[in-house]
Amino acid sequence: MMRKELLHFRVNGEDREFAAAPNRLLLDALRQDLELTGTKRGCDDSSCGCCAVLVDGVPVLSCAMLAASCEGCEITTIEGLGMAGALDPAQEGWVERAGAQCGFCTPGFLITTVALLRRNPNPSLDEIRDALSSNLCRCTGYMQIYESVRYAIEKHQRESQQRVSAPPAR
Amino acid sequence: MSAIDHKPGTIGKPMPMTDARTKILGLGKYADDLHAPGMLIGRILHSPHAHARIVSIDTSRAERLAGVQGIVTGRDAPTPYGILPIGHDECVFAVEKARYVGDNIAAVAASSAEIAEQALDLMRVEYEPLREWFDPEESMRAETDWIHESRAHNIEKEYHHSFGDPDGGFRDAAFVCEQRYVAGEVNHAAMEPHATLAIWEPDERMTVYSSTQVPYYLHRTISEVCAMPMNRIRVIKPLIGSGFGGKSEVIPLEIAAAVLSRKTKKPVKITYTREEVFYAHRGRPRTIVDLKMGITREGRITAVAARVVQDGGAYCGFGPVTVLYSGALLGAIYDVPAVRYDGYRVLTNKPACGAMRGHGTVNVRFAFESMLDELACKAGLDPADVRRRNLLDAPCVTVNGLRVTSYGLPECVEKVVERSGWNQKRGKLPYGKGIGIACSHYVSGAANPIIRSNMPHTTVNIKIDRDGAVTVYSGAADIGQGSDTMQVQIVAEVLGIRPARVKLVSADTELTPIDLGSYSSRVTFMVGNACIDAAKKIREQIVAAVAKRFSCEAEDLECADEAVYKRNDPRMRASFDDAAAMAIEFHGALVAQGSYSPPEEARGGTFKGAGVGPSPSYSYGAQVAEVTVDPDTGHVRVDKVVVAHDCGKALNPLAVEGQVIGSVYMGFGQAMQEEMIWEGSRLMNPSLLEYRIPTTLENPEIECIIVESNDPEGPFGAKEAGEGSLAATIPAIANAIYDAVGVRLNTAPFTRESVLEALKKKRGGQFDPAATRGGNGASGGANAAARRAERST
Repeated sequence: MMRKELLHFRVNGEDREFAAAPNRLLLDALRQDLELTGTKRGCDDSSCGCCAVLVDGVPVLSCAMLAASCEGCEITTIEGLGMAGALDPAQEGWVERAGAQCGFCTPGFLITTVALLRRNPNPSLDEIRDALSSNLCRCTGYMQIYESVRYAIEKHQRESQQRVSAPPAR
Repeated sequence: MSAIDHKPGTIGKPMPMTDARTKILGLGKYADDLHAPGMLIGRILHSPHAHARIVSIDTSRAERLAGVQGIVTGRDAPTPYGILPIGHDECVFAVEKARYVGDNIAAVAASSAEIAEQALDLMRVEYEPLREWFDPEESMRAETDWIHESRAHNIEKEYHHSFGDPDGGFRDAAFVCEQRYVAGEVNHAAMEPHATLAIWEPDERMTVYSSTQVPYYLHRTISEVCAMPMNRIRVIKPLIGSGFGGKSEVIPLEIAAAVLSRKTKKPVKITYTREEVFYAHRGRPRTIVDLKMGITREGRITAVAARVVQDGGAYCGFGPVTVLYSGALLGAIYDVPAVRYDGYRVLTNKPACGAMRGHGTVNVRFAFESMLDELACKAGLDPADVRRRNLLDAPCVTVNGLRVTSYGLPECVEKVVERSGWNQKRGKLPYGKGIGIACSHYVSGAANPIIRSNMPHTTVNIKIDRDGAVTVYSGAADIGQGSDTMQVQIVAEVLGIRPARVKLVSADTELTPIDLGSYSSRVTFMVGNACIDAAKKIREQIVAAVAKRFSCEAEDLECADEAVYKRNDPRMRASFDDAAAMAIEFHGALVAQGSYSPPEEARGGTFKGAGVGPSPSYSYGAQVAEVTVDPDTGHVRVDKVVVAHDCGKALNPLAVEGQVIGSVYMGFGQAMQEEMIWEGSRLMNPSLLEYRIPTTLENPEIECIIVESNDPEGPFGAKEAGEGSLAATIPAIANAIYDAVGVRLNTAPFTRESVLEALKKKRGGQFDPAATRGGNGASGGANAAARRAERST
């Protein structure tokens, strides 16, 4: 058994402290040590994307990252999207356009989508397909996932326009 | 208003899933997300041999490892089980011999996964290897070393059916084709690997949370294998990360967890690795279809004959049902006057196959629809037209005794022809581009249960008490297809209330009545009807109480818009809350029970094997695929699939589209890139990296058209939507490839190598020109393709 070390993450806006062995995967640390089971394991070889999380804003596969290498990092999991009581537009899209059937791939897809839309708020269909190719879904055939992303884009654009057209606060 | 809060009257309108919010927040619990205090982790020791006698198992060193709490082998649970009453041929741990690489030998429960894995390394098993059988056609000729002693020549089951006059039909045909088709073995690859948490309770009871499509079967099987009465076992289905049939049989880890929990008297959780999922399998068998079909000059099918050999793997599983579906649904989509079927389910030393989306129908449909296309081209007819000329005159009973009550296939064909621009494109696209059509159908639930009994196929309870809250108790298992939402919608519709008022308690054997599970696309049809039945009965109680209060006739009252009111008299109106309160005052807490049993006349014929295939109703679909084939590399890109699916009535179009598109996606995977590849006993691609389910990059654009034939017995006219469209995708693509480059691919998946090989064969002159030329030299797709090919060389 490898000796455990104390690690410090800022997870979903909260400071968390826990002990983990140097070979502990970020995925297992999240699911078992921090009880954030929204992040899923779907494969053994980093090919399904179900375990995607944001580490310092960058989408990574938590099954291919050591927890110890995230010491001091800001981590966002599915549980941390759409904080402060409001859903992220991507989450709303997934509800309204049936992006989720069984929902097992959904956390990974949402994380990837949120990262995509932060980088490129108005992606084309090809750009969406390209970005989401890191994630596998076995239920939807992806078409309703594209619709869900489009819903998020449109919602985001409507909100931006409202902010622009609103009279300046005095 | 929240995102999932909707106005009353949601039938036929898109409605988000009732559990969508839980899923997008990451708060929903799947089996592997669960934890119990003191929980142990279980791991299973698998056989490295495909066929070997177990001489000895020594677990003594593993038992001494600190942290190991219990080890079990075949001796701890020797009762054989199986999904079919005629196929109780597997034990949770092999007792005498291992029958495939991956067969289960022993299991350990330990305080951590690491210790459990170390313990597996310390176990010593001595095997005596036996002759191994991998090729089904060789296996079925075996004289000795049978995989199961009771199954002579390794044939699990064979069926021979003949309807009408097949020989006469072939004599009358103007064109006859005979051809072998082979479809590769595929796996469900549900995103959630199987997981089970079994919790031994201090009062000698057990609670099992498991990734199952059928809590009822699991409940029965644990009871049998653990020799515990069902009333001491509680099976709960948490969220399921989809199944597609892969979680419909009892999977070894489910029993292993229960046996370990009983032995250690502690909670035990086992979660499969993805590799274990592939070896547990129960997917679609590799299938060899030797097909013969004849048509008249006008394109009418005169007869069809099929010999089907399914490579079933080492255990029975659903095998006999799979091979029966292949025969029952072979010709029944069209008006085929004569059908001969010889089906063989063969045992081999590989993981057992089982039910997978489109159970039994997919590979024969690939063969049938490919051959119909070939015959149409031979006769110089439009393949879409040939399908129109063979339609059933529904309502009717097919030649093999299947009752057809609603039949939207004609409209499906028209819709896909129109939307795809078929008439403008077929045979007219440039070389390398092609378009193909195919049709498919499927059952809306099996009319006969696997375990024979007169009990209803499903029962639903409804309770209303306190403040008008409606609680529905249903055994139906939502595995991601949306059955929970469907039930909420139906109960709300009948009671005239918002879906948000309805709370569903589902798939918990201690609380919910028996339902036969989520397979064979039965849930909407059967559970939907039971929900209507229960909701109507509880509505009667409410209406009776309100009628008494208003001193009017119950027949004059309506339930809608969250109220009970008198027609044409707006003053006589009670809110649903008040109406429920009146009824509770009158009756006490309101309860009602609804159930569903398929009608007698839907249960099929009396011949051996007639029990599989009959359904209260069938879905129909048609598809047109467009492809681009690169003749230099053999690469096929599927550009678009237009699919029309007759689901009777789309209770929730959002869910129906998701199901239909998802089916096409899975058919596309099987057509183009999915296959379990074996080197003898070893699976070469037991991972999602190497078993390549389609990503966003390969998947074609899929356009879904819903066709509504309003089935007379379906709930609000509905029938199945989740499986029927899968089968047509494979032949639609094959037929499009033919239109593009003039070669017929009779082996799925259609790899680049197979495309290049077929093109090479064609150029080398070995290709049979008779099979590609239109009978009267008319503008058949192949003919045009051949001409284009000649021009281009």
